[in-house]
Amino acid sequence: MELVVASSVGVLTAGGVYLILRPRAFPVILGLALLSYAVNIFLFSTGRLAVDAPPILSKYGDAAYTDPLPQALVLTAIVISFGMTAVLVMIALGAYLESDHDKVDMTEPEDGGAAEKDRAQ
Amino acid sequence: MNHWIIAPVVLPALLAPLIAFVMRHDIALSRVASFAGTAALFGIALGLALLAADGETLVYRLGDWPAPFGIVLVLDRLSALMVLLTAALALIVLVHAAATGWDERGRHFHPLFQFQLMGICGAFLTGDAFNLFVFFEVLLIASYGLMIHGGGRTRLQAGLQYVVMNLAGSTLFLFALGTLYAVTGTLNIADLAVRVRELPVEEAALLRVAATLLMMVFAIKAALFPVQFWLPGTYANAPAPVAALFAVMTKVGAYAILRIYITAFGPGVAATDGMPGAWLFPAAVVTVAIGAFGVLGARRLMPLIAFSVVGSMGTLMLAISTFTPDAVTAALYYLLHSTMAAAALFLMADVILARRGGDILQAVRATPQNGLFGAMFFAGAIGMAGMPPLSGFLGKLLALDALRASPSVEVAWAVILIGSLLTIVGFARAGSTLFWKSTAVAAETGDGEAPPPSAEANAGPLELAPAMTALATLALLAALAGPVTGYLGETSAQLFDREGYISAVLGPDGEG
Repeated sequence: MELVVASSVGVLTAGGVYLILRPRAFPVILGLALLSYAVNIFLFSTGRLAVDAPPILSKYGDAAYTDPLPQALVLTAIVISFGMTAVLVMIALGAYLESDHDKVDMTEPEDGGAAEKDRAQ
Repeated sequence: MNHWIIAPVVLPALLAPLIAFVMRHDIALSRVASFAGTAALFGIALGLALLAADGETLVYRLGDWPAPFGIVLVLDRLSALMVLLTAALALIVLVHAAATGWDERGRHFHPLFQFQLMGICGAFLTGDAFNLFVFFEVLLIASYGLMIHGGGRTRLQAGLQYVVMNLAGSTLFLFALGTLYAVTGTLNIADLAVRVRELPVEEAALLRVAATLLMMVFAIKAALFPVQFWLPGTYANAPAPVAALFAVMTKVGAYAILRIYITAFGPGVAATDGMPGAWLFPAAVVTVAIGAFGVLGARRLMPLIAFSVVGSMGTLMLAISTFTPDAVTAALYYLLHSTMAAAALFLMADVILARRGGDILQAVRATPQNGLFGAMFFAGAIGMAGMPPLSGFLGKLLALDALRASPSVEVAWAVILIGSLLTIVGFARAGSTLFWKSTAVAAETGDGEAPPPSAEANAGPLELAPAMTALATLALLAALAGPVTGYLGETSAQLFDREGYISAVLGPDGEG
């Protein structure tokens, strides 16, 4: 159990870090998604791994339970990262459609033409 | 329990959807509602500052759950001060955005602006580390929208970089919080302070990992080396009023460092003693240098101002990195100053550049109001560079004085002074190109042959007022330096009174 969780966090993080260092926007988005999966699994494990235990205290004296707080944290983190990924995809699409390429790196405008055009709007 | 404490979060949160859904087709109505909301926020922030001025730490328990189990908002002098600064800046920026018509160049400026305020105020008020993450996300997601407001190729590309950088930062934040929870079993800041103190040094390795990860996250927000790369591109390409509002966002990072590394991992905690300062100091030194070289090397005006913001964050962090009450007093004074100075520069740059056309630093035909613009830029530049008589000078003087206690005082002094000199040179060069050489261009070609690139009407009083107000704040900060530093001294004393914070949040016995 520990080995599976730990190695999945490690593999997902490694893949995510590799992908966010790519020059194009789409792999970067995938990389951020992988990183958020990794962090969600990692958060799950922060309350100690317990199998077959309910996230509430039993009133019959059975002390085996799993920590509910990390589950709440993971839920929040999933919702937030889902929303953020959607926003990121929209912004990446916008940048792609405006500039006809999906590179993350910027070319510094030499003549200031773009900035000028923006201001003139 | 005082319900006004949560008002700075609730008010913008209610107002934003109202403007988005009800008033989206009527720009005048949105402006009035947004302005009224921000003015009310300013009033509430003033009230909260008065409430916190007597030195009591007020706690708001959401749902009345006792402290380590429920989420708390904590109002002390520091959080009240930061909320007040945010509200004052927001009011100035909002007037500018409406007067220059920036809010009409894209959709939903005002709702995003209100959500941004909600996130910033929430981050300043919360007493829970995970809640801090949530408010960070709120302010970030609003800032993504504001950053690309108005659209355009370079702005969208810069926006993409900004979002990617901050999403990676958010992931790191979650890793840090997870590690912290695994070690201590709590995320309430006061409860963390108790648990961290009780932790044996032998078991502190994981805690140090969590503390370092958190430091990196806040360093991204505060634009510290080596994660400052997002700031110049973002600030230079964001709409100018948004860049001015973002001046307080870097301060959220500075505030979080103060709150977490003094209240939770305070000085004197065996597990992390001396660690935050040891990391912050070299990072801040390099940040000051990057800011100064950036100002010197910038070929456009907006990146120049953005790099001066980087430099000011470096100076601020140098002062914070000693983690002594005196240094924090100086840092807080400099924080107030640098926020307003950056906002003043961005706002006046917007007014000036709209009439020059393009922000390349080259001499083009002078604008009709060249003298006025030149004077304003001069005032803003001496404020930012730290020359008398504006508050930047006093802020840097206080920081230099407080840094005498630091073991590497020579390095700190040399960096701040040389950095200031380079900043002055950079600003002087930019100003002379923009305003002085431009008059020569006008004399040569001023026979009425070629019309100026953007012959707009002169800047009206309403367009100039926000930048002037921000400049006036700098003068006021300098004039009232005595009372202000007195108050800030009490603020940092309260910040270092960890027992007071813990007993206010968890109850007198420390157990809730």
